[in-house]
Amino acid sequence: MSPVIEVRDLRKTYGSGDTAVHALRGLDLTVEKGEYIAIMGASGSGKSTLLNILGCLDVPSGGKYLLDGIDTGEFDEEQFSLLRNRKIGFVFQSFNLVPRTTALANVELPLVYAGVRRAQRRERALAALDLVGLKDRTHHRPNELSGGQQQRVAIARALVTSPAIVLADEPTGNLDTDSSREVLGILDRLNASGRTVVLITHEDEVAAHAMRTVRVVDGRVAGVLV
Amino acid sequence: MRIFEIAAFAVRGLTANKMRSGLTTLGILIGVASVILLIAVGNGASSAVQQSIAGLGTNILTISPQRAQPGTTAKPLTTADAAALVGADSPDVKYASPVVSAQATAGYGDTTHDIGQFIGSDPRYFDTTNSAVAQGNLFSDNDVQQARKVVVIGATVAAELFPGSDPVGKSMLVNNIPFTVVGVLAAKGSSGLQDGDDLAVAPLTTTQNALTGYGSLTQIVVQARSADALPNAQAQVTTILNGRHKITGTADYRILSQDQLLTARTATTETFTVLLASVAAISLLVGGIGITNIMLVTVTERIREIGIRKAVGAPRSSILGQFLIEATLLSLFGGALGVAAGMIGSQFTIAGIQPVLVPSSVLLAFAVSALIGLFFGSYPASRAAKLRPIEALRHE
Ligand SMILES: Nc1ncnc2c1ncn2[C@@H]1O[C@H](COP(=O)(O)OP(=O)(O)OP(=O)(O)O)[C@@H](O)[C@H]1O
Ligand SMILES: [Mg+2]
Repeated sequence: MSPVIEVRDLRKTYGSGDTAVHALRGLDLTVEKGEYIAIMGASGSGKSTLLNILGCLDVPSGGKYLLDGIDTGEFDEEQFSLLRNRKIGFVFQSFNLVPRTTALANVELPLVYAGVRRAQRRERALAALDLVGLKDRTHHRPNELSGGQQQRVAIARALVTSPAIVLADEPTGNLDTDSSREVLGILDRLNASGRTVVLITHEDEVAAHAMRTVRVVDGRVAGVLV
Repeated sequence: MRIFEIAAFAVRGLTANKMRSGLTTLGILIGVASVILLIAVGNGASSAVQQSIAGLGTNILTISPQRAQPGTTAKPLTTADAAALVGADSPDVKYASPVVSAQATAGYGDTTHDIGQFIGSDPRYFDTTNSAVAQGNLFSDNDVQQARKVVVIGATVAAELFPGSDPVGKSMLVNNIPFTVVGVLAAKGSSGLQDGDDLAVAPLTTTQNALTGYGSLTQIVVQARSADALPNAQAQVTTILNGRHKITGTADYRILSQDQLLTARTATTETFTVLLASVAAISLLVGGIGITNIMLVTVTERIREIGIRKAVGAPRSSILGQFLIEATLLSLFGGALGVAAGMIGSQFTIAGIQPVLVPSSVLLAFAVSALIGLFFGSYPASRAAKLRPIEALRHE
C-alpha cells in the first residue's frame, strides 16, 4: 500500500529575481497511513510552507507531491476543492474562523460544501463540537470565544468531515497549558481512531505526543527522530 | 451543494454585516435617486417654459425691428404702423398692439425693486398675452389717450413693494415718477428661466412720455382672428408694412409667429436639457464610482473569508454564486429604494420648479446602478475566488 503522503524534491520559491525567497529547497518526506508526525524547525525554515502545500492550500514551485499515490500536480481546481473538503482537515495557527458567524455555522461550513443535508449537518456539527468540549458554546460568535475555544472550534471544523488527514500548524501556539493539553488530547484521540496527523510545533512536550519528529532546516529535512 | 444553500450564505452575509450592507444600500440609493431627481427637475423646467409659451396662444404674430441692409436706413416701427395693421386691407388681423419696454426701478416707501419688464402698450395687450387681473382693474383706452400715469403690476412686484397690503390705488414711483397702481395681474408662475410675474404694464403713451421717449417700438403684437387665419394675417401684415416702409429687398422688421417662437424657445430648452443630461450623466458617474468604491471595499474586506471558505473546500462556483447573489440583492434593494426616493422627491417643488419624472431616466438610473453594483460586487469576488486559498488568507 502506498503512503498517504509522499513528497519528493519539493521546492517552493516566493517572488523572483534578486528578492526570491527559497522557502523549500528539495524536501523529501513520506507519511504512512495512521502516523502521527511532528514537524519542528527554526522560524522561517519552511514548515508552514510545507504544511500549506500538503493541505492543498498552495502549490509547489517544483518537485512532486503524491497524495494516496496520486500526483497532485495533475489535479485541477475542482479536484483540489474536493480534496480540501473530504480528505484533509486543516487547523490554522490563527484559527481562521468566519467572523460574525456562530461556532455551529463555522463547523457546519465544510458539510454545506460537501452537500450534506441540513438535519444531518446539524447533528454532525453538534457531535464535533461536543467532541472538543464546546457543546455549550454552539451559538457564540468567534469574538465571543476565548483563543482556546476558537482553536477548538477550528479543530471541530477540521474533523467534522471525518478527513483521513488532519494537518495542524502550531495548533497550541496561542494557547495556555490547559487549553494546549485539551487540544493535544483531541488530536491524540483522532490519531487513535486511525487518522493521519501532521502538526507543526516549537515545543518538545507537544512533539512528544507524535510518533516521530521531522526536523526542517533551511527548506530541507535535516533528520528524523523516532 | 444546492443554490438554496448559496443564497442562504448570501443572506447571512448581508445580515451579519448590517452596517456595511446599509451603507452600500445607501450609496446606491443616493446615486439612483439623485439622477432621477436631477433629470426630473430639468424636464420640469423645460416643460414649464414650453407651457408658458403655449399659453400665449397660437394666433399671435410678433413684429420687431431689425437692422437694415447696408446702404439703406431702417424705418422705426411706429404707433402709426400698428394702427395701419388693423383695417380693411387686413381682414384677418383682430388687434395690433404697439409695445415698448423699458428698464425701470420702482419704489414705494422705503422699498425699491428692479422690475424685470416694464411694458408700455394698450389694453388689448392683456388679452393677447392671456393676462387676467386679480385685483383692481386694467387701464383703458382712455387712459392711453390721456397718457395717465397708471400702471398694472405683476404678482412679484406687488409682493416686493406692497407686502401684506392692497396695492390698488397706491402711488408708486417708477424711475422717480409717480404712477398710480390700478390693478394687479393674476400670478402666472415662473417659466423656469424667468419670472413671468415680475412685470408692470402702463399705457403706451405714458411709458413713452416718462421712460422710453418716442423712438422705435420694441414690438407690435398682432392677434389674428383665429389660429387658422394666422398665415393670411401674416401675409397681410407683410404687405402693409412693406408698403409703409417702402421695402424692396430685405425687410427692416421681422415677423415671428408663436410657432416659430416656440421652435426657437424649444431649441433653448433643448440646450438646457442637454446641460441637465450631462449633469445627470456626471452624477450617474459619481454615483457609480461611489457604488464601485463601497463594493470594492466590501469584497476586499472579505477576501480572507473567501480564503477560509476555499480552505474548507468551497468550489469556485459557489463562492462566485454567493457574492453574485449578495451584490444582486444589494443593488436591487438599493436601486428600488433609490427609485422610490427619487419619485417621492419629485413630488416636491424644487427651486421653484415642479419636477416632471422621465420614465426612461428611472430605468436608466436603476439599470446603471444595478449593473455597476453587480459588476463590482462580483468581479473582485471572482478574482479572489481564483486565488489559491493561502493567498486569499494572507490578503490584507
Ligand atoms: N507569501 C510569501 N511571500 C514571500 N515569502 C514568504 C511567503 N511566505 C513565506 N515566505 C518566506 O518563506 C520562508 C519560510 O516561511 P514559513 O512560513 O514556511 O516559515 P516557518 O518555518 O513556518 O516559520 P515560523 O516557525 O516562524 O512559522 C520565510 O523566509 C518566509 O519569509
Ligand atoms: Mg509557520
